[in-house]
Amino acid sequence: MNTVSLIIAEVPYWGQSLLRVLGGLVAVLLPAGTIVYLFLFKMMSFMQSRLGPMEAGPYGSMQLFAEVGKWLQKEDIYPARADKFIFKLAPLIVLASTFLLVAVVPFGPDAWFTNFEAGIFYALAVSSVSVLGILIAGWSSANKYSLLGGLRAAGQLIAYELPMVLAVIGVVIQAGTMNLQGIVLAQNSGSMFGFDGLGNPYVLTQFVGFVIFMISVQAELTQAPFDMPIAESELVSGYMTEYSGFRFLIFFIGEFATAGVFAMIASVLFLGGWAVPFSWFGWTTMDSIDNWMNFAGPLILFTKMMAVTFLVMWVRFSYPRLREDQLQRFAWKVLIPISLVNIMFTAILKVAF
Amino acid sequence: MFASDVLIAQNIGFFIIAAVMVAGALRVVTTSNVVHAALWLVVVLAGAAAQYVLLAAEFVAVTQVLVYIGAVMVLFLFGTMLTRARIGAESDLNNKNWFAGLAVALTLLAAMLIALRDGFGDEKLPTDAPLVSTQMLSDQIFGPYLLPFWALSFVLLAAVIGAIVLARRD
Repeated sequence: MNTVSLIIAEVPYWGQSLLRVLGGLVAVLLPAGTIVYLFLFKMMSFMQSRLGPMEAGPYGSMQLFAEVGKWLQKEDIYPARADKFIFKLAPLIVLASTFLLVAVVPFGPDAWFTNFEAGIFYALAVSSVSVLGILIAGWSSANKYSLLGGLRAAGQLIAYELPMVLAVIGVVIQAGTMNLQGIVLAQNSGSMFGFDGLGNPYVLTQFVGFVIFMISVQAELTQAPFDMPIAESELVSGYMTEYSGFRFLIFFIGEFATAGVFAMIASVLFLGGWAVPFSWFGWTTMDSIDNWMNFAGPLILFTKMMAVTFLVMWVRFSYPRLREDQLQRFAWKVLIPISLVNIMFTAILKVAF
Repeated sequence: MFASDVLIAQNIGFFIIAAVMVAGALRVVTTSNVVHAALWLVVVLAGAAAQYVLLAAEFVAVTQVLVYIGAVMVLFLFGTMLTRARIGAESDLNNKNWFAGLAVALTLLAAMLIALRDGFGDEKLPTDAPLVSTQMLSDQIFGPYLLPFWALSFVLLAAVIGAIVLARRD
């Protein structure tokens, strides 16, 4: 119990809930905006030897607001033969899954939305709900290309959810808990061969798991080289083809907000999350952490998130699209067997030491 | 049911979720579109997950979401969309023998009600029951219930292999 939790304890329940909702909005929209501007607008342009947006604001930094303004002005169109209610519902399901996902990410010793016992399991479960939104978006558009895109997305997301879950199991075995705070604690209070200056970030001990997790994240986010669901040269724009205006905007925000939240979860699982190695400041348990970590923690997590997103975007801008059958074969015949072997070795080593 | 039992937050939540689930279940069988029926089924399954949360069984609730909404319903929608799902109402969805199904459903409901009444009677959950952690749950599954767990896994494996054998033509 430190100062922040004492202050929070005095706020009534409805006030706390309101603060959590506002915090959730910030935690979803701020990373999404930063990722779109820094990586999608600027980094992609630089990697392709061009400048990117330069007109709106200094270095085009206001471009995002211009884009949002443009989308909001557009007419809300739906196809005449579409299933209108479901067509409108689909983007909301995708965005809701993102908001449910951010609810378990811890940002500091006391700065969390919910401290769920089965945190990482919950995250994997609600992230799979977005498939439902994508699938019905494709179906309700009354368009062959949309339906094909939706079906491709469903097949891909189901195939890559499995290696993702299996990669996380290695981390859970090593940390001995599914609680995300517990995983942060286990990494930062740990030591490698008696050296505790770095803690024990699982990116080192679970490197295979980290690589499998990042590949699966790439596929779950449908970023190139796994962007068959929206393959623009074959399917126009896949399940998003018929969407325009703010409904397209919701899909767009959902895509990059989910990228940000998955990057946060990857940082929590493999890079030590919001914390610094506890030995730096002589902390030992969760209660002994100084109060300023509640303010520094979100910034540290944000920095790690940007690093992980940089990896995702780097791969996205570098590799051409895989073929549909290559994608499925890669998941079922390469990633899943490797992750099963990884689980086996982790379990053996966990019992041995 | 006494008034003092109704005015507990969990009970109010239970009845709201239960009402949504019953309405959803009725729409599953009365709606005239396969995809709509599947989506109403999602509502019912999500309601079941919410009831598990009310019972403080969070691991079971999350498993419900992961397995039923994230996998089973997605596969179900995938299958129907790949083969026959049309937009708009379909006239041939109802079987002529639907009232037989109604009788079976009512019998099943009666059997479950009697079993619950017989097994637990007026017994109530203790209000200060300890939270069941995931570790306790796994200790149970991989301890006393290991043999049934293995048997279930074996049956599932057999079903998977059988499905592959049936699906492969060569």
